[in-house]
Amino acid sequence: MNNAKINKAKDKAFQMWGIFCTFLGLVLLAVFIGAIIKDGILRIDWQFLTSLPSRKPENAGILTAMMGSLWILGLTAIVAIPLGIGAAIYLEEYSKKSRFASLLEINISNLAGVPSIIYGLLGLEIFVRLLKFGPSVLAGSFTLSLLILPIIIVATREAIKAVPKTIKEASFAMGATKWQTMWNQILPASFGGILTGVILALSRAVGETAPLIVIGALAYVPFTPSSPMDEFSVLPIQIFNWVSRPQHGFVINAAAAIIILLLVTFTMNAIAVYFRNKWQKKVNW
Amino acid sequence: MEKTAAYRKDVYKIEAIDVNAFYGQFHALKGINLGMEENAVTALIGPSGCGKSTFLRLFNRMNDYIDEFRMKGQIRIDGNKIYNSYIEVEQLRKYVGMVFQKPNPFPKSIFDNVAYGLRIQGIRDKKLISERVEKALKQADLWSEVKDNLKKSALALSGGQQQRVCIARTLAVEPSIILMDEPTSALDPISTARIEDLIFQLKTEYTIVIVTHNMQQAGRLSDKTAFFYMGELIEHGPTKELFTNPKHDRTENYISGRFG
Ligand SMILES: Nc1ncnc2c1ncn2[C@@H]1O[C@H](COP(=O)(O)OP(=O)(O)O)[C@@H](O)[C@H]1O
Ligand SMILES: [Mg+2]
Repeated sequence: MNNAKINKAKDKAFQMWGIFCTFLGLVLLAVFIGAIIKDGILRIDWQFLTSLPSRKPENAGILTAMMGSLWILGLTAIVAIPLGIGAAIYLEEYSKKSRFASLLEINISNLAGVPSIIYGLLGLEIFVRLLKFGPSVLAGSFTLSLLILPIIIVATREAIKAVPKTIKEASFAMGATKWQTMWNQILPASFGGILTGVILALSRAVGETAPLIVIGALAYVPFTPSSPMDEFSVLPIQIFNWVSRPQHGFVINAAAAIIILLLVTFTMNAIAVYFRNKWQKKVNW
Repeated sequence: MEKTAAYRKDVYKIEAIDVNAFYGQFHALKGINLGMEENAVTALIGPSGCGKSTFLRLFNRMNDYIDEFRMKGQIRIDGNKIYNSYIEVEQLRKYVGMVFQKPNPFPKSIFDNVAYGLRIQGIRDKKLISERVEKALKQADLWSEVKDNLKKSALALSGGQQQRVCIARTLAVEPSIILMDEPTSALDPISTARIEDLIFQLKTEYTIVIVTHNMQQAGRLSDKTAFFYMGELIEHGPTKELFTNPKHDRTENYISGRFG
């Protein structure tokens, strides 16, 4: 065989390997989701969605966990979105290119890779103990906000960077201030990208378990939270608790709760994809 | 920029005095002295990389954003030093508008593009805004083409129309000076001709400084021409004179197309 043929064969082999890997991933995911759905789908009914936890699997439901997840989601969004976008704007447009700024940048990129349980420890020490929030919704939201802040910051910066320099120049040349340029041109033009990043970050927060266990979120809460200072549970913790029970009924409950959790995160991801495509179409440079 | 008692308008609307400019260690403009007259078109010509854009962008302080950029010397507009701590760049840029090489309308409607400068000044009066938008679009020779589609995205227009939106956007804030950096180099000949006609009409009311690569364009449009070469101002004077009777070999070689 000559060289070109060998290269072609290598190319082909690599392509096959790529296809194999992709399919393996998809098949495993399909099998996993299939098994879960088979176990849990029939368990999902009105009773399951509206009942409090119980010692009897057939009486138990996910109301408190659902409400806990919603509380966490809402509060985390309120804290993390403005902070994350604000930090990104500062880093992208205002901070001078100093050594401090580049140190900050490296740190933020690295923070996105820190194991979530570390954030849990940080949250436990600062929010639960030092600030005396206790194992409350507030402490959980602050902890998860720290966890997703780097994701939001990185995504927002990417989106801001993708706005052509010429737009910024044109705005400045019209006599706009930095802030006017940011507000009237750059943020609207990068809105789709920012929103995508925010939604993906929040869907990560909805699925987090470890940091919330560390700060003391409970598996069994007999009430739904009614204020940020209340104790709480969330869906992943409820699932974790149910799968570790011996009775078969709880395993089925867990499968049903997993379906609900997957539904929530898939929906959030679908919304993210929708916005990304919509904005890509609208802003066609 | 108000015409106060201290206002001294000598002969020139814009005056560069001993201007040196640097990008880091790179010496981009070397000891430039040049005056530009009111309500006239001054063309800046020279081979690419000679510093024309750098020079032009000094007049609305657009180089301020470049990290490594430094400048020495003075720019005076209406006799006032514009590199001065009490000059507000935002105010300066309302007085000195700019049109760029590649049409760069905002990803907004035609109307919003032209209204942008007024809105960022805090003007909220809808009637006033639409009057000014209409006037600017008429001045930019675009009104008849877009008057029924003002809500349409400016990005959907042709390149030539986009550039006229950019000109209208600049005119809407009623500047006194318009800087143009190769405004037609990205356009086809027909769009170019329309923009040249437009510049010709505008010069009765505005002071225009235009960078161009196109010798015919400089010849047709400008009253004065300045020839730059490697950061130096080699020669300047009335356009006719400079084109028919250049004093320097370099100028002659350049305008006769022997290099550049
Ligand atoms: N942002 C910048 N950083 C460093 N060098 C630059 C920058 N902009 C322009 N220059 C350099 O300055 C010189 C003059 O550039 P410019 O004014 O754009 O020339 P022209 O408009 O005549 O083509 C060129 O050599 C160019 O490489
Ligand atoms: Mg240039």
